[in-house]
This record gives sequence, structure tokens and C-alpha cells, in this order.
Amino acid sequence: MKFGLLVSEGPYTHQASDTAYQFAVAALARGHELQRVFFYHDGVYNATRLTEPPQDDRHIVNRWSALNAEHKVDLVVCVAAALRRGIKDEVLAPGFRISGLGQLVDSGIKADRLVTFGD
Amino acid sequence: MKKFMFVNRKAPFGTIYALESLEVVLIAATFDQDVSLAFIDDGVYELVKGQNSKAIGIKNHSPTYRALDGYDVEKLFVERESMAARGLSEADLLVPVEVLSSAEMAALMAEQDVVLSF
Repeated sequence: MKFGLLVSEGPYTHQASDTAYQFAVAALARGHELQRVFFYHDGVYNATRLTEPPQDDRHIVNRWSALNAEHKVDLVVCVAAALRRGIKDEVLAPGFRISGLGQLVDSGIKADRLVTFGD
Repeated sequence: MKKFMFVNRKAPFGTIYALESLEVVLIAATFDQDVSLAFIDDGVYELVKGQNSKAIGIKNHSPTYRALDGYDVEKLFVERESMAARGLSEADLLVPVEVLSSAEMAALMAEQDVVLSF
């Protein structure tokens, strides 16, 4: 099956991003396709390379970047949500790209299932 | 063409969800899909007439609901139980809507291809 994911909450405060990541890994392991992961609302904070969690904690941002490096998963950050929260190209972690909300609607059209991880 | 339903569950102010939901709706309307909006729980407050947010210094985005018509987004559904629980009636709302029971709303949601909840 072809999945699109929507992540609507920021990392660490909320579990949404962790759950989305676990879902993504499990779906790929089962041979499903991940069409795109779209980051909206505070979800855009998943994309900043300035993130530095304590050594003994999971690195949520790098984990997404690795998913892109290993599986070419399209990681898209909403431009309007990003700009109003100070997320720009110059702070993007590897593997992320900034684009419009049309990419979320496109996911809804092209994916068999669009799954939301949020509040 | 797919059926997209945007479910609005939050009050217009307090969090950004209502505003950012509206932003997705406006984009989705340009994709030539079957777009509808549902208002449940505190989401029914998003459509209340006469909102004035000046005192909190946050832009009042509610006039945009009136512009949805111009984007060919005409299907706005409001849950009767959510309105009743908040002492609201259709006369309090700023746009024409179709009022549905929660059972009818559930049936409508089941027909959708994509449900995005904000």
C-alpha cells in the first residue's frame, strides 16, 4: 500500500512525531511505499538542524534525515507554517525540503491512505 | 476526484489549528477535488457571527469562511449535538450550513477518501 503521512506536532513535547516515525519504519519493513511525510503546524520543528537533544535521548530530527538517506522518503515542510515559526532553508536538516500545502493535498490524492499524527 | 473532508474541532483562538486548517482548505479548493468541511466540538465556535479578536491582538480570520463560496467550497456541515451543548443555533452562525446529527456526521465521514482533522 502507498502511505502518505502528516505530522502536526513538534518533536519531544508531543509523541506524534515518534509515533509517525515508528509507523514509517514499520510500513517500510513490511514492503509498503511511503509516498511522502508532510510536516505542518508545529510539526515543522521536526526539520531544524539546530536541534540538540541530550546524548542519552533519541535524535528525532536526525532520525527523519536517516529515513530520507536510506529510503529516499520525501520529507516536506509546509512553507507557510515554517516561515511563521522561523524555519527556513538555512536551518533545514539534510533530507528535508520546504514546499507548499499543495504537497499535502497531492498526498491525499496519490496515496492510498493519508495518515495523520497529531493532537 | 477524491472526497476530502476537513474536520474542525478546535475553538477559533487559543491555538492555531483553526487558521491553519482554513489555509489547507483554500489550497485544496484549487485541486478540483470534492471538498467539504465539518465542524464538531469547539470547532463550531469557528463559525460564530460577530467575532472580534482585537483585544487579544490576534487576527480575526472568520470572515474567510464567508469567502469559501467563491472557491466553490459550499459543503459545510455542523454537528447538532456540539451546537446544542454550547447553546448555539444556526442563527448564530456567519455562513449557511447543513446541520447533521452525530450519527449522520459519522456516516458522512465514512464516505470520505481523505479526512483531515484539525
